[in-house]
Amino acid sequence: MSELIVNKISCQRGYNNLFSELSFSLTSGDILKISGANGSGKTSLLKILAGLSSAECGSVSYNQNKAGSSKYQQDIFYLGHLPALSPELRCQENLSFLSQLQGDDVTDKVKDTLIDMGLKGYENEYAANLSAGQKRRVVLASLLINQAPIWLLDEPFTALDSDGVVILEEQINKHSNGGGLCVLTTHQECNLPNMQILSL
Amino acid sequence: MNIFIQTLTRDLKMALRNPSSFLNPLLFFVIAISLFPLAISPEAHTLSNIAPGIIWVTCMLAVLLSLNALFHYDYDNGVLEQMVISHHPLPLLLLAKITAHWLLTGLPIVLLSPVLGAALFLDSESIGVLMLTLLLATPSLSLIGAIGASLIVGIKNSGMLLSLLILPLYTPILIFASSAVSQAQFGLSISAQLYLLASILILSLMGSPFVSALALKTSLE
Repeated sequence: MSELIVNKISCQRGYNNLFSELSFSLTSGDILKISGANGSGKTSLLKILAGLSSAECGSVSYNQNKAGSSKYQQDIFYLGHLPALSPELRCQENLSFLSQLQGDDVTDKVKDTLIDMGLKGYENEYAANLSAGQKRRVVLASLLINQAPIWLLDEPFTALDSDGVVILEEQINKHSNGGGLCVLTTHQECNLPNMQILSL
Repeated sequence: MNIFIQTLTRDLKMALRNPSSFLNPLLFFVIAISLFPLAISPEAHTLSNIAPGIIWVTCMLAVLLSLNALFHYDYDNGVLEQMVISHHPLPLLLLAKITAHWLLTGLPIVLLSPVLGAALFLDSESIGVLMLTLLLATPSLSLIGAIGASLIVGIKNSGMLLSLLILPLYTPILIFASSAVSQAQFGLSISAQLYLLASILILSLMGSPFVSALALKTSLE
């Protein structure tokens, strides 16, 4: 069984020790919500899991592949605070490039996935003309395309309307039932039955 | 290799849809050079003597002007973050971005140089050498500039810092390239300068994508 192992990691930002010797493991189907006050290190923890920054000490691995290695990076999808879209590109072009960065060439699925995310009619719209919620939907559409086993979502419900929240919750539950892992941070209540909570 | 082409075409497409990003440095290049005859002397002999230095210094400043945009927009909108965590080799992705930068800045400068060389009364043989030095060395300017641009990504108002970091590294290129054109004006051999420019290009091609990738990862932490 696939397992994400976080082993005694510590994180310091400036003079603040955010967390130290944090350990946990997640197996296929787990959903973990990281909760904590502002500045408690939720985003820093997600960035360490994403291989974007390194912990002061400790290790993160998935199926014996360490964070930062090519095989590990192939298995993750990370959604940060920023939209990850270029305003000069159309929705389809943005999604196609994001998907290619994360995995294989999936150009043929791009249009259908945008429609699934409620963006019918916006496929050829420039990202500059989209609202914050629509931009979020475009990025979340790449979740549906690539199906990386580990989803790392930092405040994924931000800017989404109620329909968008429902679509995303359904996708997270579907991903979990299909054997995927999801680690997310959110201050909103969410309808995810198998969710575990880690307080920082 | 597919991701290299995808990143390159993406950057070119974005630049063509927002042409001011690459046209402004080129306009600066043309306007700055055309100011020298007004300020110094319109006399052919004087201008042709200083033409290699003028064109090369202005070329470096134009490239420097364009470097801020190399990673800045992708950093601001989060695409750079996605590139760093991608399983594709980051140096390859950066090399694609640097290639796009050269195609949009260095190559147009090479193509504009005969007109500006002729305006500064360079003879046809010297113009040929000028184009050759620009063709050999403008890719090095983009490659070396990428190291500076990746170090300062995320720092606000970092234009001056970039100049301080990069201009000293550009100095050898300036010396060899402008001296090649000056020597060609006197009919002397320029092979030593061309070999040196070529070796700088090979060294920067081999090192810059890797150093820039390391610098970017550090900047994004």
